[in-house]
Order: sequence, then C-alpha cells, then structure tokens
Amino acid sequence: MSELNEEKQSVTVPPASPPPAALGKTDDGSQVTRRTFFSWLSIGWIAFVAATGGFFTMMLRFFFPNVLFEPVQTFRAGFPEDYQVGEVDLRWKSKYGTWIVRNGEGIYALSTTCTHLGCTPNWLTAEQKFKCPCHGSGFRKTGINFEGPAPRPLERYRIVLSDDGQIIVDKTKKYQQEKGQWGDPEAFLKV
Amino acid sequence: MAEKKGLLKRLAEGQVWTSIFRGGGVPKSRRQRMMVVLNSVFLHLHPVRLPKHAVKLKFTWCMGGLSFFLFLILTISGILLMFYYRPTIEYAYTDIIDLAEQVPFGIMREIHRWGAHAMVITVWLHMFRVFMTGSYKPPREFNWAIGVILLLLTLLLSFTGYLLPWDQLAIWAITVGSNMARATPFIGSEGPGAALLAIGDINFVTMSSDIRFALLGGRFLGEATLLRFYVLHCIGLPFIIMIFMAVHFWRIRKDGGISTPV
Ligand code: HEM
Ligand code: FES
Repeated sequence: MSELNEEKQSVTVPPASPPPAALGKTDDGSQVTRRTFFSWLSIGWIAFVAATGGFFTMMLRFFFPNVLFEPVQTFRAGFPEDYQVGEVDLRWKSKYGTWIVRNGEGIYALSTTCTHLGCTPNWLTAEQKFKCPCHGSGFRKTGINFEGPAPRPLERYRIVLSDDGQIIVDKTKKYQQEKGQWGDPEAFLKV
Repeated sequence: MAEKKGLLKRLAEGQVWTSIFRGGGVPKSRRQRMMVVLNSVFLHLHPVRLPKHAVKLKFTWCMGGLSFFLFLILTISGILLMFYYRPTIEYAYTDIIDLAEQVPFGIMREIHRWGAHAMVITVWLHMFRVFMTGSYKPPREFNWAIGVILLLLTLLLSFTGYLLPWDQLAIWAITVGSNMARATPFIGSEGPGAALLAIGDINFVTMSSDIRFALLGGRFLGEATLLRFYVLHCIGLPFIIMIFMAVHFWRIRKDGGISTPV
C-alpha cells in the first residue's frame, strides 16, 4: 500500500533531502493520510478483524445454551397429611433432590445438595442426622451443619399450598439460614 | 567393473527411497546424519544431535519421554475405545461394562485408564526432575512456562475423562470438581468479585451464566455435561496439547538441547 503511494507522490512532489533519521520524522510516503487510511486494503483488514472478533464472541456465547434439558424445578408433593410429624421423608430424594420434613409446627423442603461440594448426604435415622459420604459433613434434621467441612446449613426450597390443597415445592427459590431467610413465610409451610 | 549390488542397497539408492528420504542412501558422514533429522517433519522437532549425558537415565529419568510415550498409547487406545463407547446417559455406563466383559481385547479400556493415571504421575515427576536439575533456568524459562500449560492440559484431560464411565465415582467426582469452579474470581457465581458484576438487582454472574454453567452445559451435572466432557476429552484437549507438545519439543532443540548437568 505505502509502496504504491510512495511512487505516486514521488512523481508529483520529489522529496527534498530526507530529514535526518534522528529527528524521528517519518517521511510523507509512510504517513497515514485520509486516502490511505480508507484504502480498500485497510477496510479489508478492519472487516477481517471485526469478523474474527465476532466469530470468537459467537464461540463464547455458543457455550451458554438458552434451553436446558433438565428435570423440572417445581413439583407437587401431595397433601400435608401424607407426611408424618417428626420424620424425614425420602420419597422425592432421588427424583427431585428434596427432603420433606414435618415437625410440630409445619413442613419444610430441604435441598439434598451438600453445602460443601455438592454430594448427596444420607439421612441416618438412628443418629438423627444427614451424613455426607464424600467428606463427612453432618447436618441436623433442621439442615443446620454441625460437623465436617460444610461451611453453612442445607438450603430450603420454597414450599406453598396450591388451590387444591397440595404441597408445591419450587426449587428455583432458595432460602439460606445464614442469610436469615428461613423466616420467610414461603420457606416454611405452617400446618 | 559393476559388482552386483545387494537388494537393500539398490532399494536405498532407488527413486522411491531417495524421493522420500532425501540425501541418498545410508547416511555416512555427520552432515548426512544431521540432514536426515532436518529433512523429516517429525524428527526435526528433536535436537539434531544428543550429547552423551542427555541419554543418561540418571539425569532425565526419561520422564518427559515417558510422558510422550504414554500420550501416544492413550491416543491410540482412546481412539479404539471410541468405536464402542456412546456418550449418553442411557449407554455410557453399560458400554464400559460391555468393553470390560464382551469386547475382544476390551482390556484396551484398562490400558487407557492405567495409562492415564501413569501419565499424570510421569508428568509430575518430569516437572520435579526439571526443577531439581535447575533446567528451568534461562534460556529454558519459556519452555518451563509451556510445560506448566502441558501439566494443566494433562490434568484437564484426566478430569474430563474421569466422567465418561458415568458411574458413582465419576458423577460425584465431577460434581465436587465442578462445584469448585463456582469459586472462580469474577466468573464463578460464588467467587470473589462476582457480586460486583451487577446492575442494581440484576446479577450477571449467576448459577445460569457462570463458568461452571459453561463447563457443565447446564446448572447441574447431566447429559449435556457428559457430551461436553466427551468432546473436550476426545477432540478439544488432545488437539491443543499436541500443539503445545510440538512447541515444547521444538524449544528443547532451540534452547540448545537438553541442559547440561553441573
Ligand atoms: C504433556 C506433558 C509433557 C511432555 C510430554 C514433556 C516432554 C518433554 C521431553 C520429552 C523432554 C526432553 C527431556 C526429558 O525427557 O526429560 C522435556 C524437557 C523439558 N520439559 Fe517437558 N514435558 C511435559 C510437561 C512438562 C512440564 C509440566 C514442565 C514444567 C513445568 C516441563 C518443562 C520442561 C523443560 C524446562 C524441559 C527442558 C529440560 C532440559 O533441558 O533439561 N515439561 N519435556
Ligand atoms: S461434598 Fe459433602 S462433605 Fe464434601
């Protein structure tokens, strides 16, 4: 590009003796003028770089799908009478990753995801605790952690009654004890 | 005058041989031997000549060479496994059982698994010996950096391969491993700084948009994760590691061959 230009200019304006290099001045030929800047080659390069950048952006976004083929996050868990006071109910554990626990005042839905690194603890009836097989975290029936590396209590899910009196557990909404969220009316179903 | 040439000699001087291996015939001089190395796309990554100490087991433990050898074994056995293994929740686990119990020489799977464990060990030992011999010092500091990338890629290959049998060990190991990604600064939903990337109430780095999400292809470990790990394990990572290995070997040559013991 600049070579072409140099030739052109040297025809019309023969350069005087070149300035000493030490002055650091570029000679006219290699200066970017408005014309050379908008030359087709520059446009081509800019378009190429933009397209490449665009493609890398596409590539990045490609890894974040919009639609997930995951199990539904909200489920009906039957009627409150289906659950015994004082028991940890395991029937939704493998399908929905939820324990339903009923105590004297009501029902709450505990997440089966260990707050250490995400394994599924086991409910040990004899010891009245949840025990994680991965690194040994233990949680009380309430979900409060008391041993092992888990840094915080199990999470609770939103639990409400539908119009027909069935329990609805909504896993998209989580309540964390350490954030004082267990007091939320939808974190605990009064029966 | 023409004494009859032997078959080998005639082959070595014939057109077929000399068109493939330039230089004509069996190399005799030092120069010719160097040309053999320089004229081969594979050999030219390697130093053209080796000082005596470089082949001493005591100095290198041959751990880099063993790492590369294991990588070749893993590539071949891995490609063979791909003929039987299907990366879906329905088939992954049973295809592995099938390999173990029905497929002729299904021991290929064991070779791949043990080889993978061995490669992780040899790469660590190689790094250890490079450190102990001080071979990371200039002019080899760049190759040390390339080596760190190779170590990372080796571990990532090991990590992605771990999920593929889709057994309890696999699922929980990857659950635990990928949950650590939550704590990545800025791009992990529970990492330091992630909360800063928000406008008002809207968080940009959440469980559905962070680095773990991109790794798993979802919010939880599932079919999408299996497929993602499979592609990374069989194509993405081997492709990248081969490029870095080529640079690694080339740099050994350009840095003046293997370092000299002091
Ligand atoms: C995929 C993994 C790797 C492979 C296949 C590999 C392969 C090799 C080979 C064949 C050599 C020749 C000398 C020898 O065998 O010891 C070598 C040298 C070297 N490697 Fe690696 N390497 C790997 C990972 C690493 C790592 C993790 C490091 C360090 C962070 C590293 C740093 C170096 C350095 C600095 C040299 C030059 C040593 C010298 O001149 O004495 N490499 N590598
Ligand atoms: S994942 Fe439960 S203790 Fe580590």
